[in-house]
Amino acid sequence: MKKKVRILWLGLITCNGNTHSFLNYTHLEQFFNDFEFIYHPIIDSEYSLEDIISQDVACDILLIEGAIADDFIKADVLGIDIIKKYSNIVSKIVTVGTCATFGGIFKESHYENVSGLHFKEEKRTEKYNHLFEKTISISGCPIHPETLVSTLYAIKKGLDLKLDSYLRPKEYFAYTVHNGCTRNEYFEYKVDHHHFGELEGCMFYDHGCQGPLTHGSCNKILWNEINSKTRAGLPCMGCTEPSFPKQNLFSTKKNMGIPEFLPVGVNKRVYLTLAGITKAFKIDRLQKKLFDD
Amino acid sequence: MTDKKQQKKEQIMLASLGLFASKGFYNTTIPDIALSLKMSVGNMYNYFKSKDLLAKEIIKFVSSYFGKKIRAINEENISTKEKTRKIVEIYFQTAIVKPEMLDYFLRIYLSTREVFKDGCEGMICVNDFVTEIMIYFEEGVKCGDLRDQDFFNAFGLFMGYLGGMVFLQGENVLPKKLNEYVDDVSDNIYKALSA
Repeated sequence: MKKKVRILWLGLITCNGNTHSFLNYTHLEQFFNDFEFIYHPIIDSEYSLEDIISQDVACDILLIEGAIADDFIKADVLGIDIIKKYSNIVSKIVTVGTCATFGGIFKESHYENVSGLHFKEEKRTEKYNHLFEKTISISGCPIHPETLVSTLYAIKKGLDLKLDSYLRPKEYFAYTVHNGCTRNEYFEYKVDHHHFGELEGCMFYDHGCQGPLTHGSCNKILWNEINSKTRAGLPCMGCTEPSFPKQNLFSTKKNMGIPEFLPVGVNKRVYLTLAGITKAFKIDRLQKKLFDD
Repeated sequence: MTDKKQQKKEQIMLASLGLFASKGFYNTTIPDIALSLKMSVGNMYNYFKSKDLLAKEIIKFVSSYFGKKIRAINEENISTKEKTRKIVEIYFQTAIVKPEMLDYFLRIYLSTREVFKDGCEGMICVNDFVTEIMIYFEEGVKCGDLRDQDFFNAFGLFMGYLGGMVFLQGENVLPKKLNEYVDDVSDNIYKALSA
């Protein structure tokens, strides 16, 4: 029997959203031919959490879900002590989700020094510097299951993954969510006119869409192999970014009509110049419903 | 385009601005412009294929002139109130020193829309200028000096006021010199726009 890659899925300060998202992976059977969880919060596994804590169980990859805090207790021990122990055993650590990577929504919780493993929002934390080289971040609220599983397979095969400055695989995070969005024509000609859930209009201008400033593959690798938030008519909420969650996610923060947050790397003058030009043209086709009848 | 050709184009645009201001847009012909520069009419067409194209290039030239001046102000590390004053000062100063530029903007570009309807839709030909005004507003709101509101509401208040004053000065009805209004006008604008 071939040797499976052994994974410890450790949940800390979390809503378990990434766990649920992982369950939507469409080829779980294949996955379990190649990987096994020594412990997982909701999937049957060989060891209990008590075993994990009391023994040194052989393991290849540590997955951390949820934000990390100095005083967070898990099964009567400090969560950071579990990380400390297993980070010495495994060859790779993967932070699963935005909370484990940047602190996410739980950085607002009452625990002490809440952050991701290496970042508190954009800021690098020093505490786990010695683990930096062996960490890969998969941000997202929740993570895209395909991104997590493909990264695990890349680790299994020993591939040299190119990572961005937040340790996210560029294969999935070098793109913006805008890339592949079916509403790009509406973006180009500055047509919002959107109603939530409808097919027409770009949601960047009024409805809070952060697709052009969010790194992720949501419109390149579709969710459940079917759709994405922006394709379905809901704005991208920037869930893979260190700043997630911002406030007022359904409206675009503007100053005198100019969006406060512009597409990644686009200079304000360039944006305004282009916007001024495209705004001058009214494309009738884009003002109408796609399906009139 | 070579620097030399660009320089010649600018020379033609400046000469045209002078003639449009003194004789009027429709009363000025391409041969008039060529004559004022001691150029042949044929050579003129090497630079501008028609008077309409020349008219569009001139408005872009005027817009770029103001855009550069306002950009320099936007890039200064000063308060929005000071920026407001400097923009008003630049506008009035131009009306005094280069009256033909604002005359072109106010009397030809704004009122001869049939010439500009193809190729200068919306604000395309005045983009350099409008972009800098947008940045002035946006940064003013961001730092808390200006009130957030519809852009065109604020733009109309600012530019309508300045244009009106320059128009009145052109009609010789202002009791004082235009530059003596800089403080009061910028004060009024800032009060009307401030948070």
